[in-house]
Amino acid sequence: MLDLLVFLPVLVAVALLAVPGLSDQVSRIVLVAVTGVELAVSLGLWLAYEPRPGVTGDIAYERELQWIPTVDSGYHVGVDGLSLPMLLLTTGLFFCCALYAWREQLRPRIFAALLLFLETACLGVFASLDLILFFVFFDLSIVGMYFVIAGWGHGQAARSALKFFLYTFFGSLAMLVGFLALFAGSAPHTFDMVALAQNPPLQGRPVAGGFALLALGIGLAIKTPTVPFHTWLPPAHTDAPAVGSAVLAGVLLKMGTYGFVRIAMPMLPDAWRTWAVVAVVVGAVGVLYGALVALAQTDLKRMIAYTSVAHMGYVLLAVGAAGMLGGSDAEARTVAVSGAVTQMVSHGLVTGALFLLAGVLQDRAASYDLDAYGGLATTAPRFAGLFGLAAFASLALPGLSGFVAEFQVLAGSLGSAPVGVVVALLGLLVTAALFLVAMNRLLLGPPGRLTGKVRDLRPSELAAVVPLLSLSLFIGVLPRPLLDVIEPSARAVVDLVSR
Amino acid sequence: MSLLWPILLTPAGVGALLALLGPRTGRTAPAVAVLTTAATLGLVAGAGTQQRTSVPFLLGAPFELGLDGLSSALAVTVCVVTLCVLAAVPGQVPERRGRLCGWLLLFLFAVLLTLTARSLLPLLVGWELMGAASYLLIAHDVADPHAARSATTALLTTRALDLGLYLAAGAALAGGGTLALDGLSALPAGWRDAAALGIVAAALGKAAQLPVSFWLSRAMDGPSPVSALLHSAAMVAMGGYLLLRTAPLLTATGWADDAVAWTGATTAVLLGIVALAQRDLKQLLAASTASQLGFVVLAAGLSAREAGAAQLVAHASVKSLLFLVAGLWLHELGTRDLGALRGAALRTPAVGVLAVVGLASLAGLPPLALWGTKDAVLDAALQHSVPLYAAGLLAAVLSAAYAGRVLVLVLAVDRQPDRAPVSPRVRVPTTSWVPLLPLAAGAALLVALAVGRPAELFGELVGREPVQTSAAGLGLAALLAVAVLALMRSQGEALAARLSGAPLHWLHLEPAVRAIAVRPVLQLSRALATFDDSVLDRAVESAAAGTVRAATAARRLDERDLDGGVRAIASLTQRLGALARRLQTGQVHHYYGQAAALLVAATVLLLLVR
Repeated sequence: MLDLLVFLPVLVAVALLAVPGLSDQVSRIVLVAVTGVELAVSLGLWLAYEPRPGVTGDIAYERELQWIPTVDSGYHVGVDGLSLPMLLLTTGLFFCCALYAWREQLRPRIFAALLLFLETACLGVFASLDLILFFVFFDLSIVGMYFVIAGWGHGQAARSALKFFLYTFFGSLAMLVGFLALFAGSAPHTFDMVALAQNPPLQGRPVAGGFALLALGIGLAIKTPTVPFHTWLPPAHTDAPAVGSAVLAGVLLKMGTYGFVRIAMPMLPDAWRTWAVVAVVVGAVGVLYGALVALAQTDLKRMIAYTSVAHMGYVLLAVGAAGMLGGSDAEARTVAVSGAVTQMVSHGLVTGALFLLAGVLQDRAASYDLDAYGGLATTAPRFAGLFGLAAFASLALPGLSGFVAEFQVLAGSLGSAPVGVVVALLGLLVTAALFLVAMNRLLLGPPGRLTGKVRDLRPSELAAVVPLLSLSLFIGVLPRPLLDVIEPSARAVVDLVSR
Repeated sequence: MSLLWPILLTPAGVGALLALLGPRTGRTAPAVAVLTTAATLGLVAGAGTQQRTSVPFLLGAPFELGLDGLSSALAVTVCVVTLCVLAAVPGQVPERRGRLCGWLLLFLFAVLLTLTARSLLPLLVGWELMGAASYLLIAHDVADPHAARSATTALLTTRALDLGLYLAAGAALAGGGTLALDGLSALPAGWRDAAALGIVAAALGKAAQLPVSFWLSRAMDGPSPVSALLHSAAMVAMGGYLLLRTAPLLTATGWADDAVAWTGATTAVLLGIVALAQRDLKQLLAASTASQLGFVVLAAGLSAREAGAAQLVAHASVKSLLFLVAGLWLHELGTRDLGALRGAALRTPAVGVLAVVGLASLAGLPPLALWGTKDAVLDAALQHSVPLYAAGLLAAVLSAAYAGRVLVLVLAVDRQPDRAPVSPRVRVPTTSWVPLLPLAAGAALLVALAVGRPAELFGELVGREPVQTSAAGLGLAALLAVAVLALMRSQGEALAARLSGAPLHWLHLEPAVRAIAVRPVLQLSRALATFDDSVLDRAVESAAAGTVRAATAARRLDERDLDGGVRAIASLTQRLGALARRLQTGQVHHYYGQAAALLVAATVLLLLVR
């Protein structure tokens, strides 16, 4: 089933392009249908999944085929508590994006094929248990996103797409160097992620391990992105179409943070413990810096982009704190890592919804200027209600997923990294400020220059945004179903780092 | 199943439905909300004081709820006040009633969650939901940009201090692994201090104590029924409640109890002065709220849980009554300016009677509620420290002064030369003021919380000992209140006018916080945004430009230097070839000559080499 989940979209994409004379309407239906099937399949995998530690074995839905035996790299896929939430997030977000794209008028057939190709690449990254396979899917996702931005974006789309591609491609090359170091340091030489986590390479070789982590870290930090490697993100988001932004923020950014918990921490535990403080600093600074820069923005999409930097900072803070063993017990560090994974899911849902809502403004009035709007609570109540809900979710209001994530990160990290947590708390406050200011500008007060143009949400837009925020609400109120899956693997990661 | 879940889910479910349906609920919304609250009240009253439940939520942090005497007493209070407020909404709020009633119910849910929380996690959830609901309630008039800004100020100020609860939760997790509220005082010293610091900060912020009292002034831009619930009985009161609840932790630290007691006493005095200086009825009531909550905070610092709870309940009744009166006057007479409200009690007789009861109670006149409960707090202060008692007594005098001033004003009779009243009477619909009756009854009769057998029962319900007052203390308080009232009758306005500086402007607290915290942050944020664009991003862009330049240089090297070198060799070869061709003339004698010359040269070379 996992193979089907990963490869069905790309097969349909090929068919979409190959069959001549398909109408636009048919390709829209196919897109919604296939992403719907994907969502159903991943839900089935979720329901049939027995919580287990994973990471070093005991992987669900595992399949291993020979591919490049000379370097012991194979087609090895499987699912544990770290990857399953990511798979479900990916299929859910793509389904919502497919609904949102119902009204896409520009080359819908090619757009549908491209989105399906992108879905395969994203699912492949999270299902991979082999570094080369991971790298291939990782790069394919960059290629897919490049075409989405360049082909369907607006503003300086070509330039932003190129910047996105080159910057993140550079990151993936740095990551590849790290992979090669892992390969060279392992005995016997292998690219298999399970084997590398079971028998970590470069243990007791601080210099080589440090350099391997540096290469991996830079690569993943660019993709995440963390301060100071984030400057490709605002232009990419600003000029990308709404669906592209939602996928970019919701899924692609998670590949970076996922790499930290899946690859860097379990495979380089010595080096991770030595350099954990760097992750803490980068994370805490990122939370505050991202929030402060977001506060100064006047462009809605740039603002949301910078809040993404802040939200990814929490993940870095937590995984860093999980590597600092003094001052906290394994229980608290497990809470931190569990919070990091929850944050990836929560950010995907909430920021995905925010970008889709921002796309509504672009669709109606072709502007993201916060000052051009106002009073939308009166003229577009559905938009206002959902935007308000998403904003409150993003500023970590209890009852929504952001709180569950950030509370775990902050409470779990305080023992190991008190200074980092205090800095991040300030960032939490600034995040609240910037979303309240944005709500005041957009939704409240007298109508602005472009308010008259903003027609309230259409059914397809409503159908795309409501499920994302409902899921955020569900996780916020009843987090156990998600945490029951995440926690065993989070504990496994913490145990592996403590080796 | 524990009754706690229906208690919480009833207002939450109906509230969410009303907020979601909004305008479509029409006129039925207040009625539905009143019935829902009545049902919730019945559940709370029927649940007793022994409820406890826990469900798993986060790792090591289950969702622990419970209902004991203190929670139950305050939950009943909040439900009753909510009931009266919701019943009063149709008489005061013309627009968007469905949304307002929905959000009020959601707010009630958040308060009940706060009250039933037995660990820091559900407390934090209820606490932050209260803040968010308060933002939406203050910004009820969505078209009013001023209200929106005030709502933001109120939420951001309280949330800044709410972060203390995250700190406390982190400290509890790191220090002991349990977030239970009654386990905090057993934490190891360092973590215990951090937890106490966080809780005190969050509680003082919500209770509008110094130095952040100013948010309560801004919150007055919301509708009056909202203030009647949030800024009397519920949100601010929860700050006091949390301190009463965690008094053992405050005592255990050895510093937090004194700090809290003195903050409460100082706020009671200074905000009393601020209240005296106000010219707007709602602003006066708001300052008075901070001052009266000061007594509760003072009681918490003294571990006088029983007296503090009595003051909390009595004040809730008095202040929600007065906020609703202010709202009725605003709706019927069109003003909340104290000067314009001269004689208001006489112009609206029914409302006037209610107002007089509330103001007299607030002034501490016997035998009304706040006279007794305030004295209970003072009694506890006297047993602990004389300076704290003196400060409390001064605050009591001040509350008699500001409440007395309003009392004198609204009862004033201005007559024209022909003895006819200056302003005509206004008929207030019965349905508008009847909902206030239970609150007025409370403002008068809740004095029982502090004297006699009921005081013993209440004390046992919320704590261990009876609420204690002494005859001497009560007599002194009554004497002072009457004397101050007499003074205010002649000197009230002159005294208030003399306070037109800092007290009128809430001690300039908001501008100070803006100058110290908000403006630097905004400047920093703009500076960082510029840095991000022109340094970080520029660095990346110039790295890209540098790559292009390097490529151009490489191309030049490749085309001009490397390829040029190859071409130079080629043309040299070509030239040599051309030279060589000149030898090939096709004439035999030339070839003979060349052969001879070659032979000679070879011979010479041979001879030389040999």
